Amino acid sequence: MATAAEIEKQAEAREVRNRWLLSAPALIIILLAASGPLLIVLLYSFLTPGPYGDVQWKFSTEGWISVILERDIFDDTLAFASAHLTIFWRSLKLAIMATVATLIFGFPTAYFIATRSERTRDIWLFLITIPFWTNLLIRTFAVLQVIRNEGIINTALLNLGIVDQPIQMLYTDFAIMVGMVYVYLPLMVLPLYASMEKLDFRLVEAGYDLYATRWQVLRRIIFPMVRPGVVAGSILVFIPAIGAYVTPSVLGGGKNMMFANLIELQFGQGRNWPLGAALSITVMAIVMVALLVYVRNTSSSEVRHG
Amino acid sequence: MAKRFTIRHQTGFTAIAAACFVLLYLPIAVLVAYAFNESTSVSEWGGFSLRWFVSAWNNVQVIDASIRSLKIASSAAIIATIVATMAALATTRTRAYRGLTFKYAFINQPLMVPEIVTGVALLIFFSQIKVATGYSGLGYLIAAHTAFCIPFAYLPIRARLENMDLTLERAAADLYATPWKAFRRVTLPLLWPGIIAGLMLAFVISLDDVVITEFVKSGGQDTLPTYMLGQIRRGITPEVNAISTVFLLLSVVIVTLFFFMSRKRD
Repeated sequence: MATAAEIEKQAEAREVRNRWLLSAPALIIILLAASGPLLIVLLYSFLTPGPYGDVQWKFSTEGWISVILERDIFDDTLAFASAHLTIFWRSLKLAIMATVATLIFGFPTAYFIATRSERTRDIWLFLITIPFWTNLLIRTFAVLQVIRNEGIINTALLNLGIVDQPIQMLYTDFAIMVGMVYVYLPLMVLPLYASMEKLDFRLVEAGYDLYATRWQVLRRIIFPMVRPGVVAGSILVFIPAIGAYVTPSVLGGGKNMMFANLIELQFGQGRNWPLGAALSITVMAIVMVALLVYVRNTSSSEVRHG
Repeated sequence: MAKRFTIRHQTGFTAIAAACFVLLYLPIAVLVAYAFNESTSVSEWGGFSLRWFVSAWNNVQVIDASIRSLKIASSAAIIATIVATMAALATTRTRAYRGLTFKYAFINQPLMVPEIVTGVALLIFFSQIKVATGYSGLGYLIAAHTAFCIPFAYLPIRARLENMDLTLERAAADLYATPWKAFRRVTLPLLWPGIIAGLMLAFVISLDDVVITEFVKSGGQDTLPTYMLGQIRRGITPEVNAISTVFLLLSVVIVTLFFFMSRKRD
């Protein structure tokens, strides 16, 4: 009896070992070309910038200090780096606004798809998925062509006599926000749809039977039931939005920088790799907080429904 | 007569959804239309022409960047799909074992980190390796692309495996098939649609990447997207529209194939 159990135990151990071997290549590639280097970023944020980029191997907290403060070059006093704070504020503001806007547009769209018949649903989903898998740069470029001064919006407004001069939309914060809403909308619609698809419309019917208005049904029945989808969609939009690089560089021009552009600057003209590393860790930290909020939200809602 | 009351209806939702679909496709339509513009200026319509497609075709930089993009995307997608298939086999159809959750989290980790941070991390790491080894070829880009493609290849393969019938493999084993034979003759054919879907996803994801490539590439290693980003920053000619149109077409073809493959599954 004991030997049988032992053999079984050995077999199980072998099985687990085989499973580790089988997954090893994937884990090693991710370790070497994705996860591992993140630790090096942390290390670099505590070093001294080299004169031509890269670093000198000397401990320094200067990189972290200059994330929000700047040292006066004459008397060495510290003051808030207003340029950086403006960029942080813009990144946060635009990421939140883009998340809210995609929710406002995405919620009805997902609901629309979820309430179609089985067969047509697939086609609508397909139409949402196509932009999702086409190049983000090309989609951003498409937005640029529509909103620039000679683009179709301004041309139409001029021809209709609504404005005398083209409205400057390109190279503004507004342009960045529009671009982000445009490129990240599918990321909001897909998880929303996933939770709406399972919606039990008997509960909606019960609400109407009890004299609820459409708004009450939406707010008190549908919204609470699809909340996991809302949270998932918001996280999926917020994370790439806070770290967005392509959209602000194409639509914001040189002046309206976001986090990612500031980081890039430190590895280019700025030649301050420790500061760039510290800024990267800062973005990571913001994303981690967002993910924690997500995990806490989903686990608590599961408990409530389960 | 009053409109029939339907419980699924919500006022204004259909209008917003319709607006979303139109707004999603309108800019792309404009972009494609201007690719066929005869005029040199991007703002005026000068009649239908294919001159920008010809000009892109004759542009050595565009062709070089396209070939490089395809090389990187196919290498990265193939490697990522192979290792993701192995990882999916190792993480599905089993009782929970120690390290299983860790593996899930680790494989999906590239999805959670903003691209800019990964880009910076790889720039620092690879620049050290470049100095140490003197190698500065496409290997770095392929490694970076493979890593962020793995989770995308992994997802459809894992989904397919989880829905698969275990009894068929048991039947094979009962009929004295070796584990390898059972895998090759039973599991693999059943898994094939998932593998192809994963491969296509990985390919598209690699082909589309801008940010990580921008940070990892050495001089003269522009891929098509990074080349286009440079052109767009410098000021645009309809040539970029023409390149975009071809690129869009390619993505749509791949996504359509993917869509039908995943539909056949049910």
